[in-house]
Amino acid sequence: MLDAGPTPLVRVRDLKMHFPIYAGLFRRRVGEVKAVDGVSFDVMEGETLGLVGESGCGKSTCGRAVLRLYDITSGEIAIDGREIGDVPQPRLRDMRPTMQMVFQDPQASLNPRMTVEAIIKEPLDEHTTLSETEKREKVGELMDAVGLNRKFAKRYPHAFSGGQRQRIGIARALALNPKFIVCDEPIAALDVSIQAQVVNLLEDLQEQFGLTYLFISHDLSMVRHIATRVAVMYLGKVVELAPREALYSDPLHPYTKALLSAVPEPDPALATNKERIILQGDVPSPSNPPKGCNFCTRCPAVIPICREREPDTREVKPGQFVACHLYSE
Amino acid sequence: MPDGGPSILDVRDLKTVFRIRSGEVHAVNDVSFELAPGELLGVVGESGSGKSVTMMSLLGLLPSPPADVCGGSVTFDGQDLLKLAPEGLRKVRGAKIGFVFQDPMTSLNPVFNVGMQIAEPLRKHMGMNKREAAVRAKELLELVGIPDAARRLEDYPHQFSGGMRQRVMIAIALACDPQVLIADEPTTALDVTIQAQILELMKDLRDKLGMAVIWITHDLGVIAGIADRVMVMYGGQVVEHAPVAELFGNPKHPYTRALLTTIPKISGEREKRLTIIEGQPPIMTAAPSACPFRDRCDVAIDRCAVENPRRYDVGDGHDAACFHVEGAHA
Repeated sequence: MLDAGPTPLVRVRDLKMHFPIYAGLFRRRVGEVKAVDGVSFDVMEGETLGLVGESGCGKSTCGRAVLRLYDITSGEIAIDGREIGDVPQPRLRDMRPTMQMVFQDPQASLNPRMTVEAIIKEPLDEHTTLSETEKREKVGELMDAVGLNRKFAKRYPHAFSGGQRQRIGIARALALNPKFIVCDEPIAALDVSIQAQVVNLLEDLQEQFGLTYLFISHDLSMVRHIATRVAVMYLGKVVELAPREALYSDPLHPYTKALLSAVPEPDPALATNKERIILQGDVPSPSNPPKGCNFCTRCPAVIPICREREPDTREVKPGQFVACHLYSE
Repeated sequence: MPDGGPSILDVRDLKTVFRIRSGEVHAVNDVSFELAPGELLGVVGESGSGKSVTMMSLLGLLPSPPADVCGGSVTFDGQDLLKLAPEGLRKVRGAKIGFVFQDPMTSLNPVFNVGMQIAEPLRKHMGMNKREAAVRAKELLELVGIPDAARRLEDYPHQFSGGMRQRVMIAIALACDPQVLIADEPTTALDVTIQAQILELMKDLRDKLGMAVIWITHDLGVIAGIADRVMVMYGGQVVEHAPVAELFGNPKHPYTRALLTTIPKISGEREKRLTIIEGQPPIMTAAPSACPFRDRCDVAIDRCAVENPRRYDVGDGHDAACFHVEGAHA
């Protein structure tokens, strides 16, 4: 449905990740949190797919599920031509080198008791048969690639600043020459002046090693900078998926419009004449989504059918997919 | 606006030093600013630039030791807050100066319901009884736009969403009709659509209540939309200060200029590559004797390494701490 020309490196179809809720004395299953509820997208080789949405919309869960860090509820995931949706965890291990992840919090994702060298070397220990000297040389190369001084190899993570820690996390993800990297809010914990450094680094590495990114973020202006195509998620579903230019200049889904208009403009001249769409209320609970369209409780353009039937995703303009009743003929 | 009329809050040469085992951290160095009644002063800076510590020093909110507010004066309501005894300070905090903290999750007490937490300042400062406080608490919740206010008073913080919790925090800060509201990154922990709601709410409340606001943030976009004047902080100092349009249209300090170009834009031309500020923000282990930004500055000169620039006035209420501004070479 969402094919766009050449064979994609990552192909996700109808991915569902539901977390059970247990309650009561006998811990009976009383419901489920539908964190990701039927998501489909492709990521082409060498491109960056931005995945944006508010907190709790399921974007991080989606990123983790694509790498099979969870056992998914249902759906198909193919990475580099291999179907991994239903492969048991032990057999996934030999797939891991092709797919890696950069985590949000560089503080929490690095072991404080391991030196930087040990952290970056760990994937090499697990997956390669290189000798100790070769590994150490490789670690040195990786540290050069991400702009860390080789002299710091014996230091521990606490001795580094946030931006440098994120570089360590990136070096670890690169260690096994992956093709596909999920970046889960890699810059959210960093200061503005450091964010730009890390984003530029990610772009350089993409060019140098031909990487493909799934870039998860809530920062819409940063996604506009780095992504080739952008998917907007709301309450476990992708509501709009479009090439960057189209999405930012001509958003179609009412949620995308509201989301873009809510981003503060860092220019007082533009800020005053900008038309703001203020959404009322909060995101409904993913354990009890509304009937019909998930966005119908907050949508400024809601029509009766929205509360009855869930909209299908359709290609409204070339490459621009929208799940909204307003665009079904 | 800064020289129009008497200021409500006047801070002069404020200094705060943290004395810790491994030495000293000079978090606030000679910060001066004033606040006029009814205006909104934006304070921008990266983490560690001293913006939160400055505001907490004003109100004696920092634990001492390690913190030591060791110099300057804070004139509010005809008295110097730094010289007040804890008793006197307590009468100001929460009553005349309200504070909204960054994280609405951790700044509300999880074991008391929201009604009680809003009523607390009302009963302590305004001498209201329980019934009066409950009525006022309901009004406050309605004021900050929480639907079904009477019933929600009974709810506990965990029953509110992030945006609603921040509204509760604002309601508490507004409870005693403060003359000054200090908001420390009030929207940083919130999503953009919720942030937009809170920003609208703040604009509304300012029009209705006419209080002065100090808004601390690292997001220049937020500042552009709501502030009257902006103060940019770096390394515990004010490096630039100007009316909002002037600051964005005509930034004088290299740090401000760099900060403005480093953020990607949501509209307009998309840049091929982001401009970056090389290096890290400094950790001030001693009182500054040179420009704190010189190592990352692209126009640094020899003088920057030997002398800390003072804030040079460039007219129209605009000043910048840089040797490159007009009038600095005298």
